[in-house]
Amino acid sequence: MWDWNTAREGLPVVLHGFGITLLATVLGSVVAMVLGLLIAVLRRAPTRWVTVPVRIVVEFVRSTPVMIQLFAVWVLVPGLDPLTIGIAVLGIHYAMYTSEVYRAGIDAVPQGQWEAAVALSLPRGRVWRAVILPQAVRKVVPALGNYVISMFKETPFLSVITVQEMVHEANEYGSVHFAYLEAFTLAAAIFLVASYPTSMLMRRLEKRLAQ
Amino acid sequence: MLSDTDPKEETGPGGHTEAVDDALTNKGDALRNDSPANDSPVADMVRFDQVVKRFGDHTVLDQLDFGLRRGERVTLIGPSGSGKTTILRLLMTLERVTEGTIHVDGEPFSHMPGGRDGLVPANEKYLRERRRRIGMVFQQFNLFPNMKVLENVTEAPVHVLGLSRDEAAERGRELLDLVGLADKCDAHPTQLSGGQQQRVAIARALAMRPDILLLDEVTSALDPELVAGVLDVLRDIALSTDITMLCVTHEMGFARDVSDRVMMFDHGHVLEAGPPDQLFEAPEHTRTREFLSAVL
Ligand SMILES: Nc1ncnc2c1ncn2[C@@H]1O[C@H](COP(=O)(O)OP(=O)(O)OP(=O)(O)O)[C@@H](O)[C@H]1O
Ligand SMILES: [Mg+2]
Repeated sequence: MWDWNTAREGLPVVLHGFGITLLATVLGSVVAMVLGLLIAVLRRAPTRWVTVPVRIVVEFVRSTPVMIQLFAVWVLVPGLDPLTIGIAVLGIHYAMYTSEVYRAGIDAVPQGQWEAAVALSLPRGRVWRAVILPQAVRKVVPALGNYVISMFKETPFLSVITVQEMVHEANEYGSVHFAYLEAFTLAAAIFLVASYPTSMLMRRLEKRLAQ
Repeated sequence: MLSDTDPKEETGPGGHTEAVDDALTNKGDALRNDSPANDSPVADMVRFDQVVKRFGDHTVLDQLDFGLRRGERVTLIGPSGSGKTTILRLLMTLERVTEGTIHVDGEPFSHMPGGRDGLVPANEKYLRERRRRIGMVFQQFNLFPNMKVLENVTEAPVHVLGLSRDEAAERGRELLDLVGLADKCDAHPTQLSGGQQQRVAIARALAMRPDILLLDEVTSALDPELVAGVLDVLRDIALSTDITMLCVTHEMGFARDVSDRVMMFDHGHVLEAGPPDQLFEAPEHTRTREFLSAVL
């Protein structure tokens, strides 16, 4: 049955795991945002020598489960710290989705913007940075935010490669103290408490960008 | 070869830019149009030779020949779908020719030197160097909504011409003053009326000091009461500079005021061309008469 003492003693352990979860989510998101943007831009490259290989890699990564990718890298690249692997794999995996989101945003920028930029002879890099991306990204921030939240909820996968994220820690505490109920309830509660302010933050950001 | 083209270059783009500057700094004197006589009145500024443009199997321009003289103002008229916009877009390099060549100021424009025949289709780098000389104003303005009005005008001078920010901003303010929007520098394009946006777009195009200005139905998207303001600005520019202008417009009054020549287009051909008075008063072709009576 539920024991408050066990729960109180377990809290610091689970919270420590939550720190790792948060770290993985934040860094993984940064990888996903930056890499996704890069992929989206490369898929618009003027030559097939770039667009085709990029598309193949995207399809490959997207069609394998993230769990398999975690194991594969863990086994094939020994010596790397599991958390680093976890961040990289999650980030790369999600970059495939964010690249689609960026792509939709880029496609939504009217053709006239490209044409005006060409008519001014702006160099291609400048067209992307100053004209297209600011307009494209602004439109897709809410969609990107959703992927951050779903990555956050997928961090427990990292426990399979021994990353000591929150669910891993809860599981361990639960098995040692035979207190699974308390441990997992705590973990669930923390997920809940953490996602509320995150979604509030998202909404605020959305509103600001909509102006 | 080089020494042949050099003197022409000097009297060419340089002369125009100074004229624009004069008009900017000295708007009171702007009405004088007695700038020193054209040094090269014969040489065409723009030359289309046997230009064919097809989209799929739809031939829009069919072996089109036409030229613009330096400083000339030409208006294109013609029914919808006759290819007027396509001509402007070819010149702006937004489209590539299917066949034929375009020369600007004696230099190949659609093509570049090379290959066995002496000319190969121009690559992006070649085009980027050359298209600087041409400015375009679009029907839908196409201002950059993520930039303030002044930034719209200074973006290309800073990043293409290499002006310092201060220099570009100073020139940008002068240009916005020229189009009557000196007080809107810090506004965002979305806060402006269509007419104001279009005047910003004109200033943005002029900021690149083009030799040739392309205007594609620049008042068609505007509410009727805003049209006059934009046309006044363009009249002013036509009078105070010797920039070469190629416009597509349905504003026949404006066409009459500014054009040296009006060209009637139909089915990818120039049906007839002549000074506005002649073309509007006594068109030779029934097609032209019908078209004019429909739009006037
Ligand atoms: N990118 C394109 N792809 C296919 N067809 C095109 C394209 N651009 C133009 N066309 C076709 O070329 C023809 C000429 O178009 P264009 O826009 O030059 O005509 P226009 O004289 O400017 O007409 P309007 O007065 O309606 O603006 C039209 O039939 C149009 O459908
Ligand atoms: Mg048109």
